[in-house]
Amino acid sequence: MLSTTEQELEKKFQERIDKGESIEAKDWMPERYRKQLIRMMGQHAHSEVVGMLPEGNWITRAPSLRRKCVLLAKVQDEAGHGLYIYSGTETLGISREQMLDELLAGKAKYSSIFNYPTLSWADIGAIGWLVDGAAIVNQTVLAKGSYGPYARAMVRICKEENFHHKQGYEILATLMKGTPEQRAMAQDSINRWWWPALMMFGPSDKDSPNSAELLRWKVKRYSNDELRQRFIDRTVPQAENIGLTLPDPDLKWNEERQHYEFGTINWNEFYEVINGNGICNKDRLKARRKAHEEGAWVREAANAYARKKSGETIAA
Amino acid sequence: MTNQEAIFEYCLRIGDTSLILGQRLAEWCGHGPILEEDIALTNISLDLIGQTRGFYDYACQVENKGRTEDDLAFLRNDRDYRNLLMAEQPNGDFGQTIFRQFLISSYYTLFFTALSKSNDETLAALAQKSLKEVNYHLRHSTEWMLRLGNGTEESARRMRTAVEELWMFTEDFFDMNDVDRILLQAGIGIDNSALRADWLHFAQDKMKEAGLLIPEKSFAIRGSREGKHTEHLGHILAEMQSLHRAHPGATW
Repeated sequence: MLSTTEQELEKKFQERIDKGESIEAKDWMPERYRKQLIRMMGQHAHSEVVGMLPEGNWITRAPSLRRKCVLLAKVQDEAGHGLYIYSGTETLGISREQMLDELLAGKAKYSSIFNYPTLSWADIGAIGWLVDGAAIVNQTVLAKGSYGPYARAMVRICKEENFHHKQGYEILATLMKGTPEQRAMAQDSINRWWWPALMMFGPSDKDSPNSAELLRWKVKRYSNDELRQRFIDRTVPQAENIGLTLPDPDLKWNEERQHYEFGTINWNEFYEVINGNGICNKDRLKARRKAHEEGAWVREAANAYARKKSGETIAA
Repeated sequence: MTNQEAIFEYCLRIGDTSLILGQRLAEWCGHGPILEEDIALTNISLDLIGQTRGFYDYACQVENKGRTEDDLAFLRNDRDYRNLLMAEQPNGDFGQTIFRQFLISSYYTLFFTALSKSNDETLAALAQKSLKEVNYHLRHSTEWMLRLGNGTEESARRMRTAVEELWMFTEDFFDMNDVDRILLQAGIGIDNSALRADWLHFAQDKMKEAGLLIPEKSFAIRGSREGKHTEHLGHILAEMQSLHRAHPGATW
């Protein structure tokens, strides 16, 4: 039971939200609000960092120097986003180390899409076009969310994601204008990435445990299904434009609804991957743990050196 | 050998070194000891491959045979690569990567400073642009070398190992052949061997600050000028060129 004071505070909090005010780090907020944001922002930051692995998989094999540079710049952006969102999450009273510990212990989630493998160069295109495309639909809305530090981070991040989205589409467009092998590579990639990209919006709202509360607090502004529909509507014409076939026989335009209809998503696969059974779940965590463990001596040395230096300053 | 042919070879050396080192650094992506270093190492990698593109572009112009930057990067074999042997050495642990970077960046700071006075305007401009970036790479690697050399017992031990592993490839920086002599005479290239004393002085000073000593006895491994490499380069190229070579003539 909430005490009377807390009930009042929560009422005022909700009024601020309803008026469209932005909540800042030092403002009073319900404990659940804080926890939900830590969960969401932490997941987002982890996704940026884990997402470097499938893309990093192709930097050393990028087929031209220009593509290599663009991909390096993109992955560097992702690391920057991770850093930025971790800092934003720290305003809620959790440290980056705590968040990383939760990730490495397998307690914190990251976007399940990164548990799928990058098997060809075209997958770098598909990640940019579909995965970043889906992320943009989500994040454009998050940029209008109620928590100030997160919303502001999203504004900046969306700008860069738009560039990532374009470069991914351009990779695929170039492949589709190329040799039969290149076109097959692009099509195969879309066959594998389309459905997982749709799953990125999360389960249907009736099955999404956090949705109602997040909508009430304007952390989320639209339902998962609405955002998924928005993504599909804008992506189908782009696919047609470069001659890619989306792997869904039920996909068709509904004139009356002014939306595309689409087939049934395999939610069983979604839950299996979330629960650790995707192709790359174990590899991704293993890679992150290895980096963390092998970097321990570096972090210890940097700390020891900083202590010695500050000791010198004090002594001087 | 004409001046043009010598410039072509000169550009390959510089471009190949930054490409192979950039490729090595890119292997760190997603595996760095802290997120800030993932950003720093990919950033340096990006600078280096950008430098490669500048020098390759000029190489293609002076060669004038219609080759492109990608032809140079993806369609030459290891014996035609002219990168410094140091650049192709494995990343090892973070300390080894840092020490390799310190050695190469400190050399290239001197090299590009001298080359920026070349009477070939393009080379001078490319050198000036690269110098700005290399100065940052040197600052980054020097700061880390000091931290690691003076950090903990373990980090100091690892840095000493890095010195043992890498020092023997430093003499390769300063070798000169006909290419150097022709370009030096024309005021286009620099006196590479003359950089050695300054470089050694600088490296020794900074290493001393990090508690590291130059090995007393070290047999110099050299050969990059003639494309004689260590076993590592073949593997780097096998990986880097695999996709490009699997689709001859394709556009990406």
